[in-house]
Parts: sequence; structure tokens; C-alpha cells
Amino acid sequence: MYSTKYMKPNSTSEALDAINSLGEGKFLAGGMTLIPTLKQRLANPDGLVDISGCDLDSIADEGETIKIGAMSRHVSVAESAVVKKAIPALAKLAEGIGDRQVRNRGTLGGSVANNDPSACYPSAVLALKANVHTNSRSIAADDFFTGMFETALEEDEIIESISFLKPTKANYVKFPNPASRYAMVGVFVAQFGDEVRVAVTGAGEGGVFRHQEMESVLSSNFSADSLSSVNIVSDGLISDLHASAEYRANLIKEMTKRAVV
Amino acid sequence: MSEGIGASVQRKEDKKFLTGKGRYTDDINRAGQVYAHFVRSDIAHANIKSINTKVAAEASGVVAVYTGEDIDVGGPICGWVVPNRDGSATHEPPHPLLAKGKVRFVGDAVAVVIAESLQEAKSASELVEVDYDELPAVVNLETASSGAEIHEGMAENRYFDWELGDEEATDNALNSASRVVKLTVRNNRLVPNPMEPRSALAEYDELNDSYTLYTTSQSPHLTRLVLAAFMFQIPESKIRVVAPDVGGGFGAKIYVYVEEAVCTWASKKIKRPIKWTADRTQAFLTDAHGRDHINNIQLALDSNNKITGLRVDTLANLGGYLSAFAVAVPTYLHGTLLSGLYDIPAIYTNVKGYATTTTPVDAYRGAGRPEATYLLERVMDQAAREVGMDQAEFRRLNFIPKDAFPYQTAVALQYDIGDYEPALDKAMEMIDYKNFENRRSEASKRGKYRGIGVSSYIEACGIAPSAVAGALGGRVGGWESASVRVDPTGTITVTTGAHSHGQGHATTFAQIVTERLGVPNSSVELVHGDSDRSPFGMGTYGSRSLAVGGVAISKAIDKIVEKSKKIAAHLMEASADDVEFKDGKFTVAGTDKETAFGDVALAAYVPHNYPLETLEPGLEETAFYDPMNFTYPAGTHIAEVEVDPATGVVEIVDWAACDDFGNLINPMIVEGQVHGGIAQGIGQALLENAHYDENGQLLTASYMDYCMPRADDLPSFKVGYTNTPCTHNDLGVKGCGEAGAIASPPALINAIINALSPLGVTDMSMPATPQKVWKAIQDSQSVAAE
Ligand SMILES: Cc1cc2nc3c(=O)[nH]c(=O)nc-3n(C[C@H](O)[C@H](O)[C@H](O)COP(=O)(O)OP(=O)(O)OC[C@H]3O[C@@H](n4cnc5c(N)ncnc54)[C@H](O)[C@@H]3O)c2cc1C
Repeated sequence: MYSTKYMKPNSTSEALDAINSLGEGKFLAGGMTLIPTLKQRLANPDGLVDISGCDLDSIADEGETIKIGAMSRHVSVAESAVVKKAIPALAKLAEGIGDRQVRNRGTLGGSVANNDPSACYPSAVLALKANVHTNSRSIAADDFFTGMFETALEEDEIIESISFLKPTKANYVKFPNPASRYAMVGVFVAQFGDEVRVAVTGAGEGGVFRHQEMESVLSSNFSADSLSSVNIVSDGLISDLHASAEYRANLIKEMTKRAVV
Repeated sequence: MSEGIGASVQRKEDKKFLTGKGRYTDDINRAGQVYAHFVRSDIAHANIKSINTKVAAEASGVVAVYTGEDIDVGGPICGWVVPNRDGSATHEPPHPLLAKGKVRFVGDAVAVVIAESLQEAKSASELVEVDYDELPAVVNLETASSGAEIHEGMAENRYFDWELGDEEATDNALNSASRVVKLTVRNNRLVPNPMEPRSALAEYDELNDSYTLYTTSQSPHLTRLVLAAFMFQIPESKIRVVAPDVGGGFGAKIYVYVEEAVCTWASKKIKRPIKWTADRTQAFLTDAHGRDHINNIQLALDSNNKITGLRVDTLANLGGYLSAFAVAVPTYLHGTLLSGLYDIPAIYTNVKGYATTTTPVDAYRGAGRPEATYLLERVMDQAAREVGMDQAEFRRLNFIPKDAFPYQTAVALQYDIGDYEPALDKAMEMIDYKNFENRRSEASKRGKYRGIGVSSYIEACGIAPSAVAGALGGRVGGWESASVRVDPTGTITVTTGAHSHGQGHATTFAQIVTERLGVPNSSVELVHGDSDRSPFGMGTYGSRSLAVGGVAISKAIDKIVEKSKKIAAHLMEASADDVEFKDGKFTVAGTDKETAFGDVALAAYVPHNYPLETLEPGLEETAFYDPMNFTYPAGTHIAEVEVDPATGVVEIVDWAACDDFGNLINPMIVEGQVHGGIAQGIGQALLENAHYDENGQLLTASYMDYCMPRADDLPSFKVGYTNTPCTHNDLGVKGCGEAGAIASPPALINAIINALSPLGVTDMSMPATPQKVWKAIQDSQSVAAE
């Protein structure tokens, strides 16, 4: 790790002041991604702005939506009575992230801001028609994820919270990468009345994506069997050491089937 | 006795480890200490045109920067060599402490930067400019012989070309066989991954002109010997090597690596203590890897399905430099085990060891024996399938019969004792083998393919009889030492040359003392891991600690008992010949006279009433024990799996292990060793693989990509034993450290093939990842559709 400055402001506005005072500052949330990057000297920011003191960790039922603060740790989401009641699939997703240590540190905001192509949360954000609230605006999920490790966030824009639309029914099924246990393929299926959204993570070369064909098939017949006829094309899917695009295509269909119950 | 041999005494050492109080090398700090960081090649194969250290040397906090040109001592040496088929010797290219003129794998150390803080050392390392002239990488073992020259003058990148056995007899058997079963298997390359990475803290004492090296070593005395006698060429007494608590080794911590040696060398140059600790990436890149063989196998059967011959042609990938025991692993620890526990009249093996531009490869838990067992048990399975016999019964038919011991194999070893059928029977019973087909059909109703796989293994442990090792190319002895000191109050201090880094020696060795001298376990203290505190010893590897080191303790106790009897005889005014010793008491036959062991100890140190004319005072004895033969643990493991055809995921649903380790000193510790070994074997069979791309970059250089076995990957193991005590050591013990890792990979792969055999699948390579298994199922279905 290169030596760097550490700052811990007490509010979002102070955090913005802090980051603006730096040349190449970085927000620090749970640090589960950022700290290993620093330790390996892959990043050399001139300051870290720790946002854990900015009161961004509340979880609230707002009627149509569940609003979760960006600094909510995965463990808090997994154990939240509010989340478990309204969107149990989201609690299940959080419970399946990494290991206990990671869940005790890692945050919703950090995961979504980072947009790792294998992360679990982005699929929930996309499938649950979430709105990402930042210090300056609200961004609809469909506009938020712009590519692998890329989002619509401006430099020095801070995610404050995310509102997830309560579905009629939802489920998340993940096929973990055997080594990292991130999603090799993760599928979040959410039903809102007649509408079905299917978001796939871990598999797309451009990061998380919605699978329109499965969405339309499931909208007319919400059953695993109805998916049998769907052909998942492997174009645009990641091929790496762990899984070829063809294998990922198979897993997308299989995980979606398992998510539709 | 409840704390003696055979008792599952709780591990004495666990309290400190479980409460985080272990003291590892990196926990030790010395006044004035500075930190070393190595500049490593990020290219697999290149000539070094120039290295510019000027800017780095002037950076903040930097104390010194050295390159290969500065080093005036030798590099790591080769501890074992073999003759080539044409009579010439193993090619032993030099391995400089820091690269000289050339780099040969990604991670090869090019320079060292020493600074006041680790961060300063790392920052300055980035300022060292190395100008490389890149050469083609040599990664593929099969084509290594035609790759770019890695070591000057070493033809075809071949370190050696060795053979064992009777080629003519074997080829005759193959030519006249009623069936020849052919198979090619690959033993995948593994990264050892001990929990504690390697570390060194070297300190130079100017007044005494001597060094102290604290380091993560399985064999501190060997480290001292190699550093002093071969690398630095100074008297051994000028180096003290201390291996404090060490967090696992699995083979990777046997050898002297360049980093430890450079720190020691430089500590004299700068006259400050130097610390270096590998981070996990460096561990992946520089700890000697394991396995990486390709075996071409031909098995000859007669019309009764009895094996008449075996030929194995092996290619072994040994990496960019020849590590200390790299040559022994694919040859004498592998070729000599090819008879397995089968009666095979003719065996021939040829092994070619190649250099590639990858991390050096050396011994890893099992070392050669897992490779031998894997190829043999795979071809046994294939043969059983081809002849249509049950896999267990085909093995039974070919087992060396119980009455054939001692059994001379066709590949040099003589097995002293064994009885293989009871272990097979017991394992079959433990897993309910006979009802397997019911379970298979039940699983198929749930859409799963269920399979069962057998692996019967043997290993040569207790490394090694020195005369045998010497005749076979070993450059060290295979004995072990122990000294037993009885304190005046009757407590005991045992000093051993073996080194415990997870094995529980403090407990097991104390149990031997308790059994023999009748003192409680808590009165026995074990000292190990410090070349200044224990007699010269060979360290811990090859399941030798108990079978060689434990027996040395027993021999030292023999001497203690003999002398004690003389003292007791004097105290009881009897003849030493009439004195008996049992349960900590000396008695005189036919009388009611008795003396406690503690009284004898006290008399030895307070010799007021003592036969000083004929006997020295004191009670401390040392023994060196060199075994007459290897020991031969053997047994059968059976794995049962279910394969999910939709994803290719293999679930291990049951596991039975029945091992013959001879006598067990502490069954609980033995079971732990079995569990750990099986876990590592499952890792190899399903999860782990060191994957290099064509440029020689290790793609699996972190836990994000290299898959270690975790608790939820493992089933509950059923563990059982048979016992044919070793005939040639006093304790009747054989060793248990490696068996699990040796037996388990073929059991698992055979089970997967068995599960998929209804689809026509006959082969599966390691690791059997979900993708690979899924692909095999897909391919078999497309074949069926054609
Ligand atoms: C061993 C391990 C296993 C894991 N397994 C999984 C898994 O199975 N599934 C999964 O989904 N994830 C997994 N993760 C990732 C983890 O769960 C975190 O989500 C992830 O590390 C990012 O969250 P963080 O709070 O740690 O962010 P940090 O590391 O602190 O930050 C990450 C990035 O986001 C930026 N950032 C953080 N918060 C904000 C904000 N509020 N506004 C704007 N930018 C922000 C930071 O500046 C930084 O660039 C794993 C991580 C580890 C180490």
C-alpha cells in the first residue's frame, strides 16, 4: 500500500467537501474491494474518505419500495426484518455474498458503485427496478449500469441509498465460482403482476444485463418448464479460465429455472 | 495407560494456536531490523540486458539494493540426482541467488531492495529498471523438449532421462498379453498453500562472525547444512537456524529458497537484521509447486485377468530450476511405487524430467506416491471396466497375497508386511458397497448420476534408509536423532530433529515417553526446531517423523532404561540383571523391593548413594536411528458421488477410508491427518489447478482463481483401520501424514467415471470441475445422438 491520507467525515456534504479537497480521492465504504486493491498497489489515491460515519445505513419500508442506505452492510440486509418481509430474495442474496467477514464489512453502495461483473447486488438492482439515489439525483437501474466496472456515477458522486420496488414474487439463484464464490452466474427473477424481470450477473461481457427473451416467456407463463424452449445464445458472454461462454449460457438457463418457483 | 501409546490424548499445542498465541517467524522482531523486498521478473523467459538500481538506491529509507552481480555465494543445490539411461548424470544447472543474465519464470528474483520499512522497500523496488530481451516461454510439458533453450547447454530442456525395471521382460509381457489396457493421465500441478507464507529474519553477529536465521522450515538442520556447507562455504557452527512455530509446510518448506539465503547473506553486508515475509502472491509464484506429470500407461493382463506386466512412460515438469528434491519425486518416490499393492511380475518405467519456464516443482504432500497411485488406480479401474469385472474384485484378484511377505517388487522395493484384503473388505462394508446399485437407481429417479470409486494404495514412508537412499542418488542421510533428558525431579525433556508444523509432535512424542517411562504426559516437554538446541536431525517430510524420529526417541529411552536399571539395582542392592521396569517402577524379581523412576532420577543427579566407580552420574541419552527399510502404509479408500447433469456439479455423498498405518500412537491425531490428507486429495481431484497461459503467466495466482478445498466441499469421512505392525522398527509404526492425499484423488475420479459410465464416459481429468463434467455429459449425449 502506498501511504495515503485518511479522512472520516460525519455527513454526505462533508464527505463531498473532503473528496473535492483531494486530487484523486476515493470513497471508502466496507473496503472489501478497495483495500485489497490498495494493498496490491494497483491504486494510489491521495486520500480515502471513509463514509461509514455519514449516517447512510438505515433500512426503511416506504410503502411501494424498500429504501436501503448505501452503507448498509450485507449482514444487515440479510438480517433485516423489513427486507425479509418485503423482499426475502434480497435478504437471501445478501446472505450468500462472500463469507462472514466480508458480509460484516461489505456494503450495498460499495457493491453497486463498483459494478463488478460477478457481483450479486447489481442483478437485484436491475430486476427490482431500483432507483439509485445519489447526492445530486436519482438514477433508474436501467440507466445505472453502463458496462463492466462502469456506472452512470460521475466522479465524486456519492450513492446515498437505493430504493427497491417490492415485487409480487422474487428469487435469486447463484452458481458460485468455485474459487472466489462470487457469481459465475447469478440470476435474479422478479415478478410484478404480469411483468417479469430477469437480471443476469456474472456472465455478461458488459456486466449485469436483463434477458428479454426469458422475461417475455415468463411473463406469459411463469414456470420453469416454459423456459425449456428458450435458446440462450453465448455471444457476449464471458469466457474465462473457469467457464466458457457455452457453459455460462447453460447455467443462465438452469439458474433461471431454479429461480422460478 | 490412558496417556500412553494408543490413547487419543488432546493436542498439547492447540491452546496456543487456537488462542492466537503461536509465535511464528514474522512475529519475531529484532532491534534495528530492516525489510527486504524482491524485484521479480514479470516475464517467464528473458535475457536481462541491464539492471539500473541507481534511482532505487537513492530512494527514501533504502539501505541497500543488490542484484545477481553483487552476490558472491552459491545458490540452492540439488539434494538428489539420478543417472540417465545412457549412463550420464542428471543435468544440474546453476541456480543463482538472484538472477544472473537470465530469468526463467515469472517470479524469478532479479534484485533485492532493503529499506527501513517494508513500504519503502516496495516503493523503491518499483524504481529498479530491468531491461529484458524477451525469449519464448516454454510452458507445455509435452513440447518442452522442442522449446527455446532454458539452461545453457542443456539439450532438449531435459534435466534427466531415467529408467527403472526390466524393459525386455515388460515388453514381452505386453506382447504376449491377452489384453493390454492403455491410458494416458495427467497429474495436475498444485500450489502448496500452507496457511503461513514463507518468512525469514536473518541477523549477523559481528563479534562472533556468525548468523542466526529464523525461518519457516520443516528441516532447520538441513537448512543450516545447505546454507553453510554448500552455499556460503563457512563452518556450520557459524549459522544457527531456528524454525519457531511454522504454519504448515506440505513439502514446500523443506528446501532452502533464494529469499532466505539472500537475507542471510545481506545481513552481514549491512550488519542489520533483515526481515522478509512472502505475501500470498509471492507464495503462489515462488513456493515450489507439486505434481505436474503426464503418464502413458500400458497394463498387460492374461486370460484370467491377472496382471502380467506394467509399463509407464512419464514426463515430469520440473520448472525453471531444479529444486532440492525435484529429481527424487518423479523417480525414486514414484517409479518404485508402481507395483502398488499388486503382484506384478514385470514393470518398466522411463521418466523424463523437463525444464519449463514455470515455478520450480518439488515434493508436495505425498511427493511421487500420489502420482504413482493415481495412474495405477486409474488404469486398474479402466482394466476392470474393459474385462467386465467389479472394480473391487479385480483389485482383490491381483493383490499381493498375505503369505507372500516380505514381497520383492519388480521396482526395487521390498515390502516387509501387509494384508490388503481386510482393508478392502472393511472399506466396502463401511460404505455399504453391496447395496450401491440400489442407491444408484434411487438417485437416477431424482435425475442424478451416482457413482462409486475405489482406490487401493500403498506408499513408502519413513524416509529413508540411508544406504538405500545413497545407492539411489540421495545426497543426505535418512536417519533421525533424539535425546531424552531426565531432569532431577523426574520430568523429561525430549529433543528431536523432526519438526512439527501441524503434526502434533509435542503430544504424540510425549505419549511414547509416558508409555515407556510411566511419567505423565504433562511432565514431558518437546524441544525442536532450533539447530543450537537439538542434535543434528533431518526434519519432517515423507511421513518420517514418527517412523524414524519417534523410533529414535524410543531408542534413546532404551538407553535411559538400561542406565536407570543399573542405578536402581544399586539403590535396591540387587543385580541389574534382576531388575525389572514397568509402569514407572523398578522391582527386583522374586522380592518386594521397589524404587520409583523419580527416585532413580534424583539419585542420578544427587549421587550421594551411587555407583560412581562404574557409572557416570546424570540421566540423559541420545540416539540416532537409521531405518532398515521404508515402511509401507496401505489401504483402500472408497468414494461415492452424485453428479448433477444440469450443472456438472459433483457432490461427494460418502467416503470410507480404511488404512493400515501399523500401530497408532494417538488415533485422534491420526484421524486428523487422514481428514486433512483426503481434503487435499479432494482439492486436487475437483478444485485445484495451477494454470499457466502460453506466455508463462500463472493465471491462478490468488484465491480468486485458485480454488482451495473448503469445509463445505467435504463430506463426513468414515475412517477405519487395519493393523499389520511394521516389522523393522521398535514401535511397529508406519506413518500416516500423506496417505489421505495419496489415496483420495483416484477414488474420486473413479467414482465420477463410474457415475457417468452409463453414458459411455471413460475418462475424466483432474480437476473435475463442474464445467468439465458437464462437457463430458454433453459430449457423450452428442455421441449417442449420432
Ligand atoms: C472474499 C470476498 C468475497 C466476496 N464475495 C462476493 C460475492 O459472493 N458476491 C458479491 O456480490 N460480492 C462479493 N464480494 C464483494 C463485497 O461483497 C463488496 O460488495 C465489495 O467488496 C464492495 O463493497 P465495499 O463496501 O467493500 O466497497 P469498497 O471496497 O469500500 O469500495 C468499492 C468501490 O466503490 C466506491 N464506493 C463505495 N461506496 C460508495 C458510495 N456510497 N458511493 C459511491 N462510490 C462508492 C469506492 O470508492 C470504491 O471505488 C466479495 C468480496 C470479497 C473480499
